[in-house]
Parts: sequence; structure tokens; C-alpha cells
Amino acid sequence: MNYQWNWRVFLEANPEGTGTFLTSLMSGLGWTVVTALCAWVIALMLGVVVGVLRTTPHPWVVRLGNIYVELFRNVPLLVQMLLWYFVLPELLPVNMGDALKQMPDSPFYTAVVCLAFYTSVRIAEQVKAGILALPRGQAMAGRAMGLTLAQTYRYVLLPQAMRIIMPPLTSDFLNTFKNTSVALTIGLMELTARTRAMESHTFQVFEAFAAATLIYIVLNITVVQLMQLLERKLAVPGLISAGTQGAGH
Amino acid sequence: MFENFDFNVIERSWEYLFFTGMTFTLQLTLYAMVGGIVLGTLLAIARLSSFKLLSSVAGAYVNLIRALPLILVIFWFYFLVPYIGQWMTGASQPMKVGAFASCLITFIMFEACYYCEIMRAGIQSISLGQVSAGYALGLNYWQLMAHVVLPQAFRNMLPLLLTQTIILFQDVSLVYVLSMPDFLGAASKVARRDSRLVEMYLFVAVVYFIMAYTLSSGVKYLQARTAVIR
Amino acid sequence: MKTALRIAISVAALTLFPAQGQTLEKIKAEGVITLGYRDAASPFSYLDDKQTPIGYSMDICHKIANAVKAELKMPALKVNLNPVTPATRIPLIANGTVDLECGVSTNNADRQRLVAFSPTMFVATGRLMTKKALPLESMADLKGKSVASPSGSANIKMVMEQNNAKQLGINVAPTQDLPEAFLMVETGRAAAFATDDVMLYTMIANAKTPADYVVSKFSYSVDPYGIILRKGDPAFKKVVDDAFIQLVKSGEIEKMYAKWFMAPIPPKGINLNMPMSANLKRALTKPTDSPDPKDYE
Repeated sequence: MNYQWNWRVFLEANPEGTGTFLTSLMSGLGWTVVTALCAWVIALMLGVVVGVLRTTPHPWVVRLGNIYVELFRNVPLLVQMLLWYFVLPELLPVNMGDALKQMPDSPFYTAVVCLAFYTSVRIAEQVKAGILALPRGQAMAGRAMGLTLAQTYRYVLLPQAMRIIMPPLTSDFLNTFKNTSVALTIGLMELTARTRAMESHTFQVFEAFAAATLIYIVLNITVVQLMQLLERKLAVPGLISAGTQGAGH
Repeated sequence: MFENFDFNVIERSWEYLFFTGMTFTLQLTLYAMVGGIVLGTLLAIARLSSFKLLSSVAGAYVNLIRALPLILVIFWFYFLVPYIGQWMTGASQPMKVGAFASCLITFIMFEACYYCEIMRAGIQSISLGQVSAGYALGLNYWQLMAHVVLPQAFRNMLPLLLTQTIILFQDVSLVYVLSMPDFLGAASKVARRDSRLVEMYLFVAVVYFIMAYTLSSGVKYLQARTAVIR
Repeated sequence: MKTALRIAISVAALTLFPAQGQTLEKIKAEGVITLGYRDAASPFSYLDDKQTPIGYSMDICHKIANAVKAELKMPALKVNLNPVTPATRIPLIANGTVDLECGVSTNNADRQRLVAFSPTMFVATGRLMTKKALPLESMADLKGKSVASPSGSANIKMVMEQNNAKQLGINVAPTQDLPEAFLMVETGRAAAFATDDVMLYTMIANAKTPADYVVSKFSYSVDPYGIILRKGDPAFKKVVDDAFIQLVKSGEIEKMYAKWFMAPIPPKGINLNMPMSANLKRALTKPTDSPDPKDYE
């Protein structure tokens, strides 16, 4: 059977009535970017806190951090997403659960929260690795100068650790963008979801997926360039970055 | 909080969940791991080879796949594999590919890129002295690879390879989007049929947690046991 | 950039090898005919307790498969089963994974651009299901609310068209298949579920609390169902059409209908009690694969 090629399909009107299929793909891209950015910001904050906790000299605090990390690391992202979206509202008291369900854009908020917790675990791992990679003398010198533990982290350890872990953090940042696609299962109309919708309406499978692939590649290149720019701007001359080449995704 | 939940649904569908669902997941994980490591090693060798064309083609492929979300790749291959089969075999019809085979091909092609990066790091970590010694003994490139470099690279990278396999095990759950009967898919079917979402999804999360945690503890133990003292 | 070029070349190369083969030859060569089934479209195509696909469409398809066996003189032809969803059924027919899609597929002009249909085996109408607290007089009652429907279905397209035409501001939520959409209404995430009346009645009958749901009195489309097969394949279409006409002539189709619509069916032994509609009786007296709803009224 002949596959009917039709590259002009992008200019056809989409059934949602919001413009062409190109418009709907761009709207999907928009949702991908916004979801990923929001999740990343929250994940950074959470991840740094947890990573720091895991390197403090208090065993209970470390244990807490470890439990948090193991919990979110051993359950697949898709399962976590489904738990947040379908299970959480049922476990809450009825009126809170209903409020959550009726909230407009609930897939978006659920996706952001889920991705934030999931990514924060990766970030926590990197932060812990980064802090542990610093010479022990740094922390000791900080305390010797009279800084409290918190101040030592804030002014001595974290600035160095964060610069060391920028390369693996870039890869985690990229992963956040890719992981937003999992939210299509809870109804978030991000890029992959829009591609599937386009494919299911027009049956132009290859055109739709080719466009999505291209957009993801461009997104990837853009983010990598931005992060490299950031890395250069923040580099401290003389501080050798131990660049751990993370191989996982 | 848990009063009106009926956890017996798990008991009733135990067989379907584990004998159909978990078997699918584990089979897919195992075959994809083997296929992925083999293809990944080949890709790593290609990337490190001195033939510019080979290394740039392999590099382009690896970077392309790593830029894409797995869900997109799953859809791509689900629809694309029959056409690729037709093109490769020169047949007159798109080649018929079953659902499991399509997923397997997808995961092998996808995970190979990640295994490739791990193996590349592993191969590059082998000291130059080993390579020089091998050549000095009269080995050719392939003998060197097979008998000197790769065995050492594998041993060094084993923890990372196994960790990537645990990630693969979790990623297999994404075949949910194709309505495949993997563990999550099977649980979802039961959940929808009996309207027992909460119970089933919680159960799936617990099972995955237990399995992944056990596997990663195993990897940590292995790492400690086989740490090579340099 | 190199990557993009590579992709472009392979994609262009694909167009140089158009698929011209015929289904019957392919089936003969492979010794297998593949039927596509739905896993939850009761009573047409769904999984029973042993995870075997059963249903009205499945019975028709098995009869067609027998006709293919006779035509090819291959009594040992293997019958494979492959799951499909509304969004994947047409691409899977196109890429050869599935030879006959046996589910609940509406025959319309749009789809006939890409695939062919068997003669119509059922005539349904598109309606909306809501919870009892929200009975609907017309689509306008859903202003500003959300409607769930499987992605790729004719119903979701209809709802979107009406939404745009009348500017109703409905939030259309696409789901993977029918049970997910039902779930959206059950859990209160969507106000309504848009699909054909027969599916709605069946799903409500099998639900935990059937009394909670109500189906709209008004309908927004007429949907003739057919088995999907590849387009541009007159030999295969003839086998399918002849097999179907044979079912009508011998009265078997009525027996099949009674088995699934007027008798207790798995899994819960519920009897849908839906006698053949006048539209369907008419359509069966003169089997047709016309996509035009007017031909069925």
C-alpha cells in the first residue's frame, strides 16, 4: 500500500480550531518548555537541599535524605505520574480531592510537581557527588574560620560544588525536557501529545513525527548551547572543574 | 483513608499481573539489555575508530537518539519498523512485525546509545600501555579489542552497565502508551475493568520499588566486592 | 545538520519503494492473517477473562478469515491477533501489521481516503454520557466544561467541529481508549464522555454503579461500522465483501447479532437487550460500504 506523502499537511487547519497543525505543534512546544522550566526550578531548590542534607555530619538527616532519594528513584516516572494524577486526589479528603480534580490545567500542575520531585533526586545525587568531590580541607577551613555549618555550605562548599557539577546538570536539564513527554499519559498537551493528535487526525505519521523529531533536536541544541554559555560565564579562573562525565540519562 | 479500597483485586488478578505482565516486562528488559549492550559496544568502537565517516555516522546516530524522548522513539518505531523492514529486504509490502518485536527493536536501538556512551568511557579508560603492549605482542586491532580491551572495559563499567539496565527496566513501563501488556499495562487493564485505580497503581509502585531497590542494592554490593585495587 | 541530512535521505529513499503488493499474496507468502482487536470495546471486540478477544466484530472477522482460507486453499492458515487503539488502527493497517481491523470503526468519507471498509455491520449514533446530576439537552449545555473521548475516534472530531462551529469553549480531553474516557467521567475529571450509544450503554451496564450515569437523548452523528482493510486491493475486498454477503444470505449475521446484543455476554453475563435497529435491518438487506450517513437513515 502506498504511503501518501503530504508535507503540506502542516498548513491544514487543525480540528481544535486554533489554527494550523503547525500552530498546534508550537503550542505543544510551549507547554513542553514551560512545564520543564517550572519543574526544573523547583527541582533545583529541592535537589540542592536534599543533596546538602545527605552530606551533613548528622546521621539522622542523612538517612532522611537517603530515604527520599530511594523512594523517588526506584519507581518509574510514568508510575509516579499516574500516582500523582489518579491516586492522590482519591486519598485526600473528598472536598480537597474534588478541588484538585476540577482545577483547570490540572495535568500541567500535576506534571510539574511530579517532574520536580523526580528530577530533584537526580540533582541531589549530583550535588552530593559534587560536595564529596571537594577536598575535605575546604569544609574544615570554613569551620576553622568560625563559619557555622550553614554558612560553610552557603559560602564555601556549594559555589564550588555547583560549578563542578554543571556538565551532568546540563544533561539532567535536558532530561527534564524529554521527560515532559511522559505527561501525555495524564492529558498534558505537550509536543509529543500534539504530534500524536496530529497523526491520529491526518494519518500522516511520518510528517508529524519528523516535525517533532526536528523540534526536539533544535530544543536540545539550544539548551546545550545556553548551558555552555552559562558555564563559561560562571567559571572561576583557576578552579579546576573535575567534570564527571555522567553516562546515564 | 483506606476504608473503601478493596485490595483483594490484587489477589484475584495475581496470575495475569505476574505471569503475563511481569513476564513481558522482564523478557523485554533482558533481551533489550543484551541487544543494547552488543549494539552499544559496536557503536562505541565505531565512534572511537579512526575512519572519520564511521565515527561521525555513529556519533550522529547516538546524539540524535539521545535528543529524543523515549515515548516519541517508541511511537516512531512502532509505525516505522515495518517500512524499514520492507526497505531493507526490498520486499513489495511493509514487513509484518509483531508488537513485542517492535518494542524490542525500539528499546535495543534506544538503549544502545546509552550503553555506547558507557562503553566508550570504559574503552577510553583502558590505559594506553595495554594497547601498546598488545600491538607489541603482534595482536591485530580486533584481537586486541576482543582479548585485551573489551574484557577490562566490561569489568570496569559493569556497575554502570547494570545501573543503566535498572533504568531500562523502569523505562519498559512506557510501553503503556501502546496498550502493551507489560506489568503496568496489565495492572492498568485490571484497574480500569474493576474500577480499582488506587489499589492497582499503588501496588505497581510498591512492586517496582522493591524490585529496583533490590537490584540497585545488588549492584552496590557487586561494586564493593569487585573493586579493583589499583 | 549531518544527522538531518541523513534522515532526509533515508526518508526520501523510502518513497522510492512504494508498496504495491496485494494483501492476499502477502497472506499466502507469510501463512498468517493478522486480525486487529480492541481490548475494551464491548460487545464488538474486547478481552474476556482469559484475555482472548471476543465479540460481534471478532466473530465476523473469523468468518472472513475462514473465507480467506477457502479462497487461498490454505486450511492451515494461522490467525494472529494484534491489539489496536483508535489512534493506531489506521497506521497499523497501512504498515501491514494488521490485515483486518475488527473493532468499532466508523466508516466515513475522510477515512475512505486512506483505507477501505467492509459492508456495514452496525449503525450507531454518537451521543454523550454524563453523570446523572448533569443531564444534557444539547451540546451547548457543555459550555466551558470538559469532554473526554478516545484520540483518533470519529466522535472526538465531531465534538471538536461542533465546539468550533458554535464557539462553545469546551475543553476536549483526548484519551487513549474508551475505558480511560469513562474513568475521566467516573472520577469527575471530565463532565461528559463522547462516543457511540452502543458503547455507552454497554459500559454503563458493566460499571460499578450504573444508575449514576445517563446518556443524552440527542445525538450528533450517525456512525456506520465496518471492518477496516487496505485500500486499492480489489481482490481482497471481493473476498471480504463476498464473505459478508454470505453471512447475510445465510441468516448467520442475525444469529451473531442476537448472540451479542440480545443474550447474556461475558464478563458479567449482562444482556444488553438491543434489538436490531431499523437502520441496520435496512443496511443489511442491501449490504453497502457507503460512508454517507444519509444512506442509513
